[in-house]
Amino acid sequence: MKVSIDMSRCQGHGRCYDLAPDLFDEDDEGYGQVRGGGEVPAGSEPNAQLAEANCPEHAITIEA
Amino acid sequence: MASDERFSLELNEQFAERRLGAVRNPVVEGPVSDWATDFSHVEPEWANDMYEIQAGLRTRCPIARTERFGGAWLPLRYDDIAAIAHDTERFTSRTVVMGNFRPPLDAAPMGVTPPISSDPPFHHPARKLLLPPFTKSEILKLEPATRAYCHELIDAFDGRDTVDAAVEYAQHIPMRVIGDMLGFPPEDADEFRVFVENALEGINLPPEQRIANMGQLYEYLVAQVHDHIENPRDDLTSYLLNCELEGEKLNAFHVTGTMALLLIAGIDTTWSAIGASLWHLAKTPKDLERIVTDRSLLPTATEEFLRAYAPVTMARLVRDDMEWNGVDMKAEDWILLSFPAANRDPDQFERADEVVIDREVNRHAAFGLGIHRCLGSHLARMELRVALEVWLERIPAFSLADPAAVVWSKGQVRGPRTIPMRIG
Repeated sequence: MKVSIDMSRCQGHGRCYDLAPDLFDEDDEGYGQVRGGGEVPAGSEPNAQLAEANCPEHAITIEA
Repeated sequence: MASDERFSLELNEQFAERRLGAVRNPVVEGPVSDWATDFSHVEPEWANDMYEIQAGLRTRCPIARTERFGGAWLPLRYDDIAAIAHDTERFTSRTVVMGNFRPPLDAAPMGVTPPISSDPPFHHPARKLLLPPFTKSEILKLEPATRAYCHELIDAFDGRDTVDAAVEYAQHIPMRVIGDMLGFPPEDADEFRVFVENALEGINLPPEQRIANMGQLYEYLVAQVHDHIENPRDDLTSYLLNCELEGEKLNAFHVTGTMALLLIAGIDTTWSAIGASLWHLAKTPKDLERIVTDRSLLPTATEEFLRAYAPVTMARLVRDDMEWNGVDMKAEDWILLSFPAANRDPDQFERADEVVIDREVNRHAAFGLGIHRCLGSHLARMELRVALEVWLERIPAFSLADPAAVVWSKGQVRGPRTIPMRIG
């Protein structure tokens, strides 16, 4: 599983790095960024889904 | 003595001229005849139960109209509200407080309180200046002092069985935190409250009074500017005075407009969110008991309070005449952009009118959507979380001392302004 952020949509709400700090981080301006190229380690799939489902801007995509 | 030619003695006159150049509409007050065609967000019925009015309109309209304030629209559906928030081409943010004043057209693209009032392309660089001090990790550095201050406020309750959770707790937390960030004296907090009430609740005051009130705020801000020119320090005011946008320092309107924004928006919003959350817990013993027993519910509960009791409604102005989703909008019509209404749209949220403290999927719009996402959202979330954590730790049992005595603010920021609370 892989996660990515559409930076044209991200507005820095920060829900992804609040809910899934193992997969997402903030940049210097508070926009989201994926950790480790977006690879979701085994066991972190629920966090990926939580982040995707809570992004107010629909900026997160999960690829199986 | 240090000086800065941007802040000359004539500045207050320039500010006044700018305000007097605004387009003014007659003040219309009094009972609403029909919420679909004559709505007003400053009448007591709205303050008492905005949600019931909005739910009724959502099924009837779903974009309500009023001729008050020189003409305004109120969309009720999440999809419409999100579309407008994302559409900076057809809707301008020149001012975001709907009232009987429209600032002159040439106030754009900076607007009166940048960057919230700025349109592209001015908006992005102006916002970029402010993003670094408001990131989550920068804000977390303020957590220990915020926590200590919350404890201090509760220490002052010692020996009493009834307190006012809005007046004696909720309001003080954001005032202290944003006052410190701007480098304003903590003893000026009483003045901050007056500025906030004037800016947001005083929109239907007589025009002369409204102009005088705005003048008072800008005089205060200019005094703080002069103090910071003489005694620069490590705070947001000195930062705004020194930072540059495309190689030039910010002009006086920009500096003071941003200071006004940070002060006003930094206070009433979080004050409202803390108050509404405590009010909900006080009147809902089953939720209080669940959270006290299981603190791990606090993060989802906090987001749910932000959804269900979102304090902030924004405003936009229509740029040009157009038909938009079936309504005939005219240039300079207001849009009252109710994020609280979006957050209770049953097409977007299951059990939209219920407070579900373990709601896991909560794509609410309490901090807005699009390029104007609340700059202070990480700050607000930190303050709300710490305020609730400290209160629940110190006062795990509490209830409303007099439910009918709770008073809600009118206007665009909704929150309880007095909450008599029985503690212990």
